[in-house]
Formats: sequence, C-alpha cells, structure tokens
Amino acid sequence: MSDKPRKFKGGVHPNDSKALSATKPIQEAPLLESYKVIMHQNIGGPPELVVKKGDTVKKGDLLAKASGFVSVPLHAPTSGTIKAIDKCAGPTGIHVPAIEITADGEDEWGEAFAPIADWKNTDPATLKQRVWDAGIVGMGGAGFPCHVKLSPPEGKTIDTLILNGAECEPYLTADHRIMLEQAEEVVLGAAILARILGLKTAIIGIENNKPDAIAKLNEVAGKYNVRVQGLPVNYPQGAEKQLIYAITGREVSPGKLPMDVHCVVQNVASAAAVAGAVIKGRPSIERITTVTGKPVVQPGNWKFRIGTPISKALELVGGVSEQPAKLLLGGPMMGIAQNSLDVTVMKNTSGILLISADEVSFYTSEPCIRCGRCVECCPMSILPATISQAVENKRFDWAEELNVMNCIECGSCSYVCPSHRPLNQHFKRAKIEIQAQLRKKK
Amino acid sequence: MSDTENTPTIQMPDPAKLIVSNSPHIHSGQNIPKIMFTVVAALMPACIAAVLFFGLAAIEVLLLCTVSCVVIEEGWNKLVKRHPTWKDGSAIITGILLGMNLNAGTPWWVCILGGFLAIILGKQLYGGLGYNPFNPVLVARVGLLIGFPEIMTTWDKPELGLMKIDAMTAATPLGLAPGETFFSDVLLGNIGGCLGETSAIALLIGGVILLAFKLIKWEVPLAFLGSVFVITGIAHVVSPETVHSPFIHIFTGGLLLGAFFMATDMVTSPMTRKGALIFGLGCGVITSVIRLWGSYPEGVSFAILFMNALTPLIDRATIKKPFGYIAPAKGEAA
Repeated sequence: MSDKPRKFKGGVHPNDSKALSATKPIQEAPLLESYKVIMHQNIGGPPELVVKKGDTVKKGDLLAKASGFVSVPLHAPTSGTIKAIDKCAGPTGIHVPAIEITADGEDEWGEAFAPIADWKNTDPATLKQRVWDAGIVGMGGAGFPCHVKLSPPEGKTIDTLILNGAECEPYLTADHRIMLEQAEEVVLGAAILARILGLKTAIIGIENNKPDAIAKLNEVAGKYNVRVQGLPVNYPQGAEKQLIYAITGREVSPGKLPMDVHCVVQNVASAAAVAGAVIKGRPSIERITTVTGKPVVQPGNWKFRIGTPISKALELVGGVSEQPAKLLLGGPMMGIAQNSLDVTVMKNTSGILLISADEVSFYTSEPCIRCGRCVECCPMSILPATISQAVENKRFDWAEELNVMNCIECGSCSYVCPSHRPLNQHFKRAKIEIQAQLRKKK
Repeated sequence: MSDTENTPTIQMPDPAKLIVSNSPHIHSGQNIPKIMFTVVAALMPACIAAVLFFGLAAIEVLLLCTVSCVVIEEGWNKLVKRHPTWKDGSAIITGILLGMNLNAGTPWWVCILGGFLAIILGKQLYGGLGYNPFNPVLVARVGLLIGFPEIMTTWDKPELGLMKIDAMTAATPLGLAPGETFFSDVLLGNIGGCLGETSAIALLIGGVILLAFKLIKWEVPLAFLGSVFVITGIAHVVSPETVHSPFIHIFTGGLLLGAFFMATDMVTSPMTRKGALIFGLGCGVITSVIRLWGSYPEGVSFAILFMNALTPLIDRATIKKPFGYIAPAKGEAA
C-alpha cells in the first residue's frame, strides 16, 4: 500500500483553535459524591437494567446488560449505592433514563474481568467477547458498539483495520492527548483489534497538524506491526468514509458500510479502551474529554467517569470568565448544543465546548445566490444548494433524488454559505421525512 | 458554608441564556455584502479607465445608473413591503455594470430607464436577488438596444482628459474594417465603445481580482475567451480581409467585460465546475457566430442571455457523481 494518502474532494479549513488545550496533559477528575449514568449510551438497543434502587455496587460492576447483539452493557463508574433510577437531562434535550449512584468514597473495584495478558495466543472470539462485555462503543462520537464492527457477516472479508486519530473537529484535543500519553495502549489496542479481525496489521490515520502524536506513535508502532499514516489537514478528514478513502482509495457507496469495502474503522480512544479491557480487565467507565472554549478559564483534557455532570466538569476548569453563548457536547462543526448543565459525560463525549458570544452571530437566512461554494466543499459530492431549495419547497422526493441520504451532516456547506442558509438543518429534516415515508410504505 | 469564603467563587454559565441551535456552530464569516463589495472593487480599475477616456460624462452615466438602481430597488422593496436590500451591494453592482454597458453620451433618462429595466424587469419581478434567471444588466442593455438602437450604438470618441466640450463620435473597432485598429489602442482603451468596453488592461486587472478572491469560476472566462479566440482565429486565417485578428476580437467590444463580470454572475450561471465550462463555451460560440455572421457587430449580451436560459439545464446535466456512487449495471435498473 502506498504511503501517500489521497486527498478527498471538498472539505473546509476552519480555524482549529486547538492551541487552547493541545498542550494540556490529561488530568484525572477527583471522585464525586454522586454520578448519574445515562442508560442508553450506544447506537442500537438500550441495555437492560440489572440493579435496583438501594443496591450496593462496586466499581466496574454491571449496571445493565446488553439487550441484544447491537447493544452493550453498562458498568458502575465507582463503588456506592444506587440512589435512584430516574430520568436526567440527555444530550439531545430530551430527558432520558439514568442510574444515579451515591459514591461511598472507597472507589473499590468489584469482581473485575480477568486480565488477558497473553492476548497473542488467545482465541479471537474470546477477545471479541471481552470487548463486548467491557461495553466499548465508538468513542469518536457516534457510539456504535465496537464488537458489532468486529463481526463482519458471512461473506464479507475484512483486509484493512483503520484507527481514526484524525480529530478534525476544531477545538477538540482529547484524541491527540490520548495518542501522546497513551501511545502504547492505542497501538496495543490496534494490534488486539487486528487479531480479532484476523489481520496482521493496522493503520492509524492522523491529521498532519499533530506531528508530536505521529512521532510518539511511530516510536511504539513497529513493536506491534502497526503503521502510522499522516493525513492532509482538511475537515472532515475524520469522517469514516473520507478516512477510508484517504488511506485506501476505496469509496464507500451510498447506503453501504465500511465493511463493504473490506475496512473496519475504530476510534483511537476506543482502541485504548480495548487495550484496557483485555490487558487490565477494565470495563468502559471512563472517558477522556476536552473541556475547552474561549470562555473557559483553564481549558484542558480530563479523564472523567461516565455520569459526571457537566457542571462538575466546568468547576474543575475554573468555570467561565464570561457567559458563553453556547454549550456543546462535541466539536463546533457537529456538536450538539445543550441548555442544561445537568447532562452527564457519556462514553462518546469527546468534548465539552463553550462558544463565546462573539463567535456566535444571529443570521437571517438570505436567498441562495448560487455561488457554488457548498457544491465545492461538499465531501460527499452532492448539491447542497439545490437540495436545500427542494426541502424548502417540501419536495422530499426531489431531495432524495439528489442524494440527500448521502449527506454525512459534517456541516461544511453551512459553514461556508455566504447567505447563511441552514443547509445542514434542511438535510437533517429531509432525511427524517424520507425515513418516515419509508417506514409508512413498509 | 465556610469554605466558600476562602475559595474564590467560580462563575458558571447560566443555562437559561444558552442558545440551542443546529450544528455547525461556527461560520466562515463569508457573507453576501463582502462578496458584492469585492466585485465593486474589482470594477474600479475599469471605472477609472472609463473616466480617464470619456471624462466627466462617464462619471455622470456611472453615478446616474448606480443611484437609480439603488433607488428603484428600495422603492420596490417599500412597495412590496420587504426589508431594505441595498446594503447587500447587489444593486450597486447592477448599477455600475449597467453604466459600463452604456456610452458616455447616454441621455440621463435612458440611464434611469435602464436602471428600471435591470432592477424591476431583470430582478425583482422574479423575486429579487438569487431568483432571477437572466443577468439583470443584460436584460436592461438588450431592452435599451431594441428600444433605442441609435443611442445605444453611437459611441463617443475617447480622448484623454477630464474636460471635454464637444464630443466626437467613433465606431466600435468591431464595426470597422480589419486593419484600421491598432492593438495598443485596444489594449489601453483608446477605442470607441461603451464605458466598460474600452480598456482591456483595466478589465483584466479586475478579472484577476475576482479570480484571486475566488469570486468567479475560472472556467467561465477561460472557456468563453478561449472559444472566441479559436473560432475567430480560424475565420481570420480563412479570410483575413473581412475578419479581424483574434486578438482584436478578444480585447474589443464587451467581451472582456462580459467574460469576467457578466457571464460569471453567480446567480445566472451554473454552480458546478463542469457546468461553468459548458456555459463559457456556449457563450463563446454564440458570441463568435453573431460577430462573424450576424447583423450586430457585437453579440456578447445575446450570447450570455441565451446561456442564462440554459443554466438550469446545464446544472441538471452536470450533477456531480456522489461520493462512492456506482452506476447501476445494465439490465439491473431499480
């Protein structure tokens, strides 16, 4: 395979603002008095509760078990008692079921998994089961169960494992710090994942704006037969399909999965979690998250237990110096805006980002002047301007014809639009309408 | 609590004041006025050249057109109860370009009528900025050309200097027999024609500004100028007595103005790169055909208007292949 990555068509170059937190080492958040663990942290079925109010649990004990194949178990972030099983503010603005644990302060591990030190001679199926049991999900943002990606259906062969260390979202530096400080774990995780898939090697893709991470990983990569690949800095380089294209030159067709081009993509944080689960027997109860933004007093990278409320996270960084305009979970391009500080850190919370008032403007959407900037930057090569007009006229059939379902919601089109048209919003709406119609037909 | 006295109070965000909106949460900062006023800046060299060659009369025409376009647009906005739109700069561009399409001696009422045609007939009747299928300036120019052929085709003889009392008239070089025009005159602008048709150098500077700021697609001027050059070049070789050299063709008439400033109008030209290439090519072919065999000496306006009409079709025909798209195999149609 050639060492030269391909450049995908389109993309944008927003100011990356990563300097705020890129040099800040990961700090471990102190133990809290209570945690509110959101039940449903993965794409697919929510897990089934196995504890009840009043139960005492140890750190790492099972709180809920997987309800099906596309579902992952949930574990206790610390030892203590189950105070309540109630609803709490969720990241999408709806209140969702959550388990509240009052910590006993001992932070004592329960019956943890047995470490598998000799992973090289362990059956891949056992390793995969461990990944599932540890409740590992795609930590890049989507939260897709890790083990599902490791289980290609019959007839689909996998020949490439890619680790996503692109971290193309502005502001976020969590993956960057993980690759720097936990390079060994990342590479080890990659090697374990490769073994599960029956592969000899894995490729870690990193944007070239993180040369220190590339150098650090290269130091240890050889030991496990893992290759580190620098990638051009271009948002959305970390989008799965763009990443696969950059590294292998293969294009994932609309409606298809990476498996269809013989690839599996896992986030670097997920790989580190896999290493922890296999070598140390640790379930996925921690998340390294960037807490940043111009209003933040001391931006930094923190290791939080899942279930840590955002308000506590913000206290650790010294609060804010001014009232922010927006609070986001994730990066500024694809993150979800929050209106509550009670939302808690989940397995896929890559960033807690505060956007200052001067970064936000109120726009009235103006008519499209057909400048074509959105067409140029669209990494999926669709026509955002035309689709947006179709949506405005409620012509969802036309939007579908124009391949709106191809949209990865990266937001590049909205970012460049001089008329401030809500393009991304239009596409999300069109997708929902089209899916609703599909369900009606069935 | 006692320990709060020792530790400084931490300011926390007020959740009630947090804005919730769809992603993305940052913007490139690009907006319509920025685009439009950069185009205005790109037009300035040509405006200055026009004033140098045609004197105060040029300023009069340019100002009159610009002011009337803005006033008419605002009048219409008032009438249909819309927000003022002059700040977006589009009416100003329309005005300047309209002035560029008229000649220095144009009577004041023709300027105002042109402004009316451009803004109302060319733009607002379709719904305003972004919705007009045809280039508003060319709608006005062709309207005036049909209504007042005499006024529209009598050009002042250019003369360096601001004060001119008795204007002489001159023909556009394209109306003259080959060999009567000097290339240096053409390049600098010492030739008859509309205000914006004179100085090739000034127009090229403007074109470079537009390209540098990525406000136009390079495919349009390249295909437009290239095809005119090739077609007139072949005709010149075949019949040097009746056809001007391709260099004269490129640098005279409204071709440079049209290729850089009018055919590239975002609203009325295709959005895709491939479409832009087809669009420019079509403009060039039609312009050459009208120039060589038509009854008008100039055909840029008609060519662009014709291609404007084809823009939706071109856009539809040049839809990009979506990422990862595989054409369905034959006989496997869904």
